[in-house]
Amino acid sequence: MSTLSHFFALSGEAAAFFRMGGYAGYVWPAYAVFFVVLIADNVAPRLRRRRILRELRGRLARQVARERRSPSSTPAP
Amino acid sequence: MAKWIPLWLHKLGSPPTFYRFAGAVRPWAMGLALLFGVIGLYGGLVLAPPDYQQGDAYRIIFIHVPSAWMSMFVYAVMGVSGFIALVWRLKLAEVVAMESAPIGAAFAFITLATGSLWGKPMWGTWWTWDARLTSELVLLFLYLGVIGLYHAFEDRRQGARAASFLAIIGVINVPIVHYSVVWWNTLHQGSTVSIFGHSKMPWEMLWPLLAMTLATKCYYAASLCRRARTDILALESGKDWVREIAQAEAAR
Amino acid sequence: MNAPLPRACAAMLRRDLMLAWRRRGDLAMPVLYAVIVVVLFPFALGPDLALLQRIAGGVVLVTVLLAMLLALDAMFASDIEDGSLEQLVLAPQPLALMLGMKILAHWITTALPLIVIAPLLAGMLHLPAAAMPALLLALLLATPLLSLLGAVLVALTAGTRRSGMLLALMLLPLCVPVVIFAAGAVTAAQEGLPWFAPVAWLTAALILAVVLAPLACAAALRIALDS
Repeated sequence: MSTLSHFFALSGEAAAFFRMGGYAGYVWPAYAVFFVVLIADNVAPRLRRRRILRELRGRLARQVARERRSPSSTPAP
Repeated sequence: MAKWIPLWLHKLGSPPTFYRFAGAVRPWAMGLALLFGVIGLYGGLVLAPPDYQQGDAYRIIFIHVPSAWMSMFVYAVMGVSGFIALVWRLKLAEVVAMESAPIGAAFAFITLATGSLWGKPMWGTWWTWDARLTSELVLLFLYLGVIGLYHAFEDRRQGARAASFLAIIGVINVPIVHYSVVWWNTLHQGSTVSIFGHSKMPWEMLWPLLAMTLATKCYYAASLCRRARTDILALESGKDWVREIAQAEAAR
Repeated sequence: MNAPLPRACAAMLRRDLMLAWRRRGDLAMPVLYAVIVVVLFPFALGPDLALLQRIAGGVVLVTVLLAMLLALDAMFASDIEDGSLEQLVLAPQPLALMLGMKILAHWITTALPLIVIAPLLAGMLHLPAAAMPALLLALLLATPLLSLLGAVLVALTAGTRRSGMLLALMLLPLCVPVVIFAAGAVTAAQEGLPWFAPVAWLTAALILAVVLAPLACAAALRIALDS
């Protein structure tokens, strides 16, 4: 951990905070897991929403194109 | 349905209304989650003194214990809404039950991973077959089973009902697993480590824990809103109001 | 065509047993699988007698469980394919009872052969003779329990296409207590301790499951086939 605090050129107090009393190797990975999993949980539905709407727009566009090609037929509900 | 249920609840059950409602609630819940999270983390990581036995390693508690509570709370929500989905066939209850499952699985996974990272310096091992740990692992498997069963069906509503049934079976199963592992451990003379070396927690450590608990609760509400909204869009993709949303979002 | 209940039950049981007998090659599969798994253990762990003795009970139990899991998938498969399961749902006889008969038939055709060869498997791993009655009794109680619990899950996956791995994932949380108590009885018998308590727990669980599992199975099947 000392190399890391040297790298960031931290003052004594902040370095002590990041050292976590010698348990840095356990405390920070635990917090990293917590945030990575929750961010992933947040991003997944956002991507799904975008995909759903894109697919829906594609379907609507195809439907419009089909109606333009054969205007005589009754439009599908 | 019964007359005592107020009208606004009936209205909330309709997908477009719930979609707007969840959209209005979500930013507030997320904001509260971030606020409580920042307060709790500052209190837990900076203000709280090191533990006299565990040093600074105990600071994992501020994410580990709230996640463990949430993994059980989310399961309870899933079980109850699964029951409602089975009895009254409410589409919204199905959505809530099935969209809770991934969040609960995430919290169960966090609990196991952080618990393992905490156990290594404190107990000298990544894993022990303690009743609490085993029950949490079983809970994760139950979540995975529910998610797997839901996605195995081609008809999503049918899958949601089947998975809700599995969730209800799990509600009965988890206490049985817990007590059978307790019995098994006493038979095998297993380790009797308790997570809290001392039962009474000083206030400086307790309030960040409570703040983090509130933060995870609010986070769950926010995440559930986002997931439910997405799922409703998928379920109702043939309806006009969803088309309007799709067109409006294309214009942006 | 409203046949009296006992006759309907007997007919159901006879039909399933006869169907199983016509395909007796399939019946040998779980047994063969169990033998292969148990034979592989000494090769993997070395022929150390004390070690094999210590793990014998657990290995036999887990092997039997996995062999049952292998056959569980097929419990309702052929009936779903030819539509007779849907006929059963529509039949005037109570569905839970009929499913109970199907589960019984399935237990007789898959678990019973496994219990019969269990002493052989345990003997290959040098399980002490003193622990043999405990092992057999534990198997006799645990296998119907697994059949009943498994049937509920199989019914839930009845409407899906791929279900093999999913079934294992869903069964694992449910079979943890069963394995704990069954293996607990064998371990206690091996150490010369009284092994009544775990057997009593298994019996209690089995009685509960005999009553509740067919009902749950019927409810699950109605959900999975309803479309």
